[in-house]
Amino acid sequence: MNWTLAMPELVLACAGLAILLVGVIPRANMNQIVSMLVIGALLLAGVLLLGQEDGIAFGGQYVADAFGRFMKLLVLVAAALGLVLALDFNEREGLAKFEFPVLLLFATVGMMIMVSANDLMSLYLGLELLSLSLYVVAAFNRDSGRSAEAGLKYFVLGALASGLLLYGTTLVYGFAGTTNFTRLAEALNAPESAPTGVVLGMVFIVAGLAFKISAVPFHMWTPDVYEGAPTPVTAFFASAPKLAAIALLVRVLMGPFGDLAAQWHQILVLLSAASMILGAFAAIGQRNIKRLMAYSSIGHIGYAMMGIAMHSRVGLHGTLLYMAIYLFMNAGTFAVLVAMRRGGRTVERIDDLAGVGRTDPAMAFWMAVFMFSMAGIPPLAGFFGKLYVFLAAVQGGVWWLAVIGVLTSVVSAYYYLRIIKVMYFDAPAGALDARPASLSMVMAGAGILNILFFLFPAPVLAAVQVAVAALMG
Amino acid sequence: MNAAGFPLLSLLTFLPLAGAVFIMSVRGDDATVAANARWTALWTSLLVFALSLILWFRFDTSTADFQFVEQIDWLPEFGVGYHMGVDGMSVLFVLLSTLLTPLCILASWESVQTRVRDYMIAFLVLETMMVGMFCALDFILFYIFFEAVLIPMFLIIGVWGGPRRVYAAFKFFLYTLLGSVLMLLAILAIWYRFGTTDIPTLFAQPALPTSWQAWIFFAFLASFAVKVPMWPVHTWLPDAHVEAPTAGSVILAGVLLKMGGYGFLRFSLPLLPNASAEFAPLIFALSVIAVVYTSLVALAQEDMKKLIAYSSVAHMGIVTIGLFTFNQQGLAGSIFQMLSHGVVSGALFLCVGVLYDRVHSREIARYGGVAKIMPSYALVFMLFTMASIGLPGTAGFVGEFLVIVGAWHASPWLAFGAALGMILGACYMLWLYRRVIFGRITRDDLRALLDLSPREYAVFAPLILLTLWMGVYPQSFLSFFEVSVAALIQRHEAALSLPRLAGIAP
Repeated sequence: MNWTLAMPELVLACAGLAILLVGVIPRANMNQIVSMLVIGALLLAGVLLLGQEDGIAFGGQYVADAFGRFMKLLVLVAAALGLVLALDFNEREGLAKFEFPVLLLFATVGMMIMVSANDLMSLYLGLELLSLSLYVVAAFNRDSGRSAEAGLKYFVLGALASGLLLYGTTLVYGFAGTTNFTRLAEALNAPESAPTGVVLGMVFIVAGLAFKISAVPFHMWTPDVYEGAPTPVTAFFASAPKLAAIALLVRVLMGPFGDLAAQWHQILVLLSAASMILGAFAAIGQRNIKRLMAYSSIGHIGYAMMGIAMHSRVGLHGTLLYMAIYLFMNAGTFAVLVAMRRGGRTVERIDDLAGVGRTDPAMAFWMAVFMFSMAGIPPLAGFFGKLYVFLAAVQGGVWWLAVIGVLTSVVSAYYYLRIIKVMYFDAPAGALDARPASLSMVMAGAGILNILFFLFPAPVLAAVQVAVAALMG
Repeated sequence: MNAAGFPLLSLLTFLPLAGAVFIMSVRGDDATVAANARWTALWTSLLVFALSLILWFRFDTSTADFQFVEQIDWLPEFGVGYHMGVDGMSVLFVLLSTLLTPLCILASWESVQTRVRDYMIAFLVLETMMVGMFCALDFILFYIFFEAVLIPMFLIIGVWGGPRRVYAAFKFFLYTLLGSVLMLLAILAIWYRFGTTDIPTLFAQPALPTSWQAWIFFAFLASFAVKVPMWPVHTWLPDAHVEAPTAGSVILAGVLLKMGGYGFLRFSLPLLPNASAEFAPLIFALSVIAVVYTSLVALAQEDMKKLIAYSSVAHMGIVTIGLFTFNQQGLAGSIFQMLSHGVVSGALFLCVGVLYDRVHSREIARYGGVAKIMPSYALVFMLFTMASIGLPGTAGFVGEFLVIVGAWHASPWLAFGAALGMILGACYMLWLYRRVIFGRITRDDLRALLDLSPREYAVFAPLILLTLWMGVYPQSFLSFFEVSVAALIQRHEAALSLPRLAGIAP
C-alpha cells in the first residue's frame, strides 16, 4: 500500500492536530500565531503536492493525479486567502479564537480528500469533514443571531444533502455491487444495460453535490448563509468548498459515470441554465452586497457547470479555467467586502460603497476591476473563463444554453455595473475605516492577476491542459 | 513584411496605455496631479499621432494585402494569435483615432476640472482600445478591443456626464454588450468551424454554408447595428451623446460609431457573401428608415447635442446603404463618409462644447445672435454645418455623393431615400445654425461671451484643414482604400457565382 502518495493530506492533518495543541497555550496573540502556523502548513502541503507522483493508494480509496493536484492547489490558495482575509477581521470583531484557523485547516483536509476520492466512501468522508468544519465556522460569531441562524440553516440543509448523497451511494452500491470508482466505471461501461437503480443513485449523488456548489434548485441556503456568516467565512464559502465540490462532481461524472453521460448531460444542462438565470435575475433587487454576491456565485457556478455538462475536453478545460479565475475574482471582491467598515462596524449595504471612487480610489479601482471581470468584459480574466465554456457549449451543439449564457451575462452585468455606479457616480457617503495592509495586498494581487491574465495566459492554460488530460486521457 | 521595421502598430496601440500607467503613478496635490495628467496625456497622444503618420507615408496603396503585420502566438492550442495589421480599409480609421484623441484631450483642458487624472487615464485607455480594434487581425483579439472600449466609455459618461448620466451610461453599456455577446457566439461558431480566428486565414477559406451564414449574419448584425447605430436600436445614442462630456461625444461620434461600420466591412461582407447579398434589402430598408425618420426627429429637437446625435444616426444610415450596394462607388463612399463624419460630427460636438463651456446650456432656445459676439466661432460653426449638409467642396459631399451613385446602381428608389436624407439634413442643420448664430441677441448674458481662445483655435484648425482637404482633393484619401474595396468586391462576386455554378452542375 502506497500511503506516501497522500503525504500532503497526512501532513496537513497532523499539522492540524499539533497546531490545536499549540493553540491552548495561553498567550495574548494566539490567534495570530495559529493563523500563521496554519498558513505555513497550507504552504507546506502545497509544496508537497507539487512533488506528488501519480498513483492509487489506500486500497483504491485515494487517487493522485494531475487533475487532483491542480484542484487541490486552487483549494489551498483559496483556504490561505480566506485565512488572510479573516486575520484582521476576527481581531476587530472579537472573534479572534484560535479554533477558527484550525477549523479552516480541517475543512481544507476534507476538501483535499474529496478532490482525491476514488471511492464513494472516501468521497463521503471528505465531504463530511468539510461540512462539519463549515457548520461551526458559519456560526462562529455565536453572539450574533444571524450568524447562528446561518450555521443552523446550513447544518439542517447540509444534513439533508448528505442524506441524499448517502442514499444515492447505497443505491449505486446495491445495484452495481461496488463503491470504487474504477470498478464502477468497468461495471457501467455499457450504458444501455445500466440498471435504473444506478441511474437513480447517480441522480441523488449529483443532487447532493449540487447542494454543495449551490446550483439551482439546491441553492436555497446560499443567500441566508452568505449574509449571516462573518464576511471572511463567506469569502471562504464562496471559493474553496465550491472548488472542491466542482472537482468532485467532475471526477464522479467523468470517472465512474462517464458512460452514463447521456443521462447526466440533461441534468447538468438544466442545473446550469437554471443557475445562470436565477443568478442573473435574483441578484438585481439585492441591497445587501453579501446577498448579491451569493446570487452572483450561483450564476458563476452555472457557467462552470456548462463546461462539465458538455462532457468534452474543451468543456472540462473551460470549467477548470473558469474556477481558477473565479477563485481570484472572488478573493479580491471579498477582500473589498471585508474592508467595508465604518466607525468600527462592518457595513454590508451596497450604498455603503457610495463615493468610494473619491474617498478610496485604490480600493474602488480594484473593486471595479473585479466587477468588470465578473461581468465578463474583456480584456479581464473573467472574460476568458466565459469564452471557453461558451466555446464548449457551441462545440457540443447546445446552442440554446450558450445563448442563455450570454444573455444572462448581460443581465448580470447590470448589477455589477450598479456597484461601479455606486462607487464612482454617487456622492460619497463618508469615508470607510482604514484597512489593514493584508487586505490591500489581496486586492492588489488578485486585481493584477485579473488584469494581466490576458498577457500571460499560457502557463495557466498549460496547467489546465495537463489536468484535463489526466482525467480524459 | 513590416514596412516600418519595428512593431509600429503595437506601439501605437500600447503607448497610450503606458502613458496612462505613468499618469497613475503621479503623486502630489490635486493641482499638480491635474496639470501633470493633462500634459502627459497630451504629449502621449501627440506622440502616438506623430508615429501614426508613418502609416500615412509608408502605406503601400497599390495592394489590398495587410501591411505592417505583426504576429505572435497567444492561445496556440485554440488557434488564436496576436495578429496585427492594417489594410486600406482600416489604416485611415487608425489615423482618425489617433488624431481625435489629442484634440479631445485639448478640448477638455479647461472644461474638465474634477478628477482630471482619472479622466485622462480613461481617454488614453480608450485610445488603446480604439487603435487596437482597427489593427486587430484576429477575431478574438478584435472582440476584446471592441468590447473593452465599453469600460472607459462607461466611466467617461457616468463620471463626467450630465444630469441623467447614470441612465445614459447604463443604457449605452447594456445595449452594446447585448449586441456584442451575440457576436461572440457567432465568433465561437466560426472558430469551431474553421479551428482558427485568424482573419486573413478565414478570408482564404471557402465560404460558410448558407444556413450558417444567415445565423451568423444576424448575430453580427445584432452587434454592429447597435454600434452604428441603425434604426430601431439607435435609442442609446441620443442619451449617451447628450449626457457625455464634449470630448466623450466627439470620440463616440467620431470613432465608436465607425466600429459598427468597420465591423460590417471587415467581417459581414467578406465572410458572409451570400447572407450579405440576401439580406441587403433588409439593411437598405432599415437604413432608409433611419435616414428619413431620424432626420425628422432631429428637426424637432431643442437640445443642440441631441440634434447632432440624431443627425449622426442619419449619416450612418447613408454609410450602411453604401456598404451593402457592393459596388466600388458605394463601398468607397461609405468608407469616405465614415471618415468625413468622424471629422465633421466630432467638430460639431466640439462647436457645441464651445458654447456649453461658456453658457452651460445646450438648449437651442437659450441662444441667438451669437454671430455678433463670436464672429470667428460663427465662421467655424458654419463650415462644419455646411460639411454636415454635404456642400460640395467639403468632406461631407464626397461620401454622400458616392454612396448615392452606388445606391443608384442598386435601385433608384434607394438613391432617392438616401438623397432625401441630404435634403432633410440641410433643413435641420441650417435651422439649427439660424436659431443659434443669427437673429437678435435675446439674452443679455450672451453679450459677455468671448470668442474662440487660442486653445480652441488649435483644436479646430486641424479639423478645418481636413474638412476642406477631404472635400477639395478626396483622391488622397480615396486612394488608400480603392484597391482594398476592389478586392473585396471581386471576392464577393466570385463567392456569389459559386453556388450558381454548383446549381447548374448535375
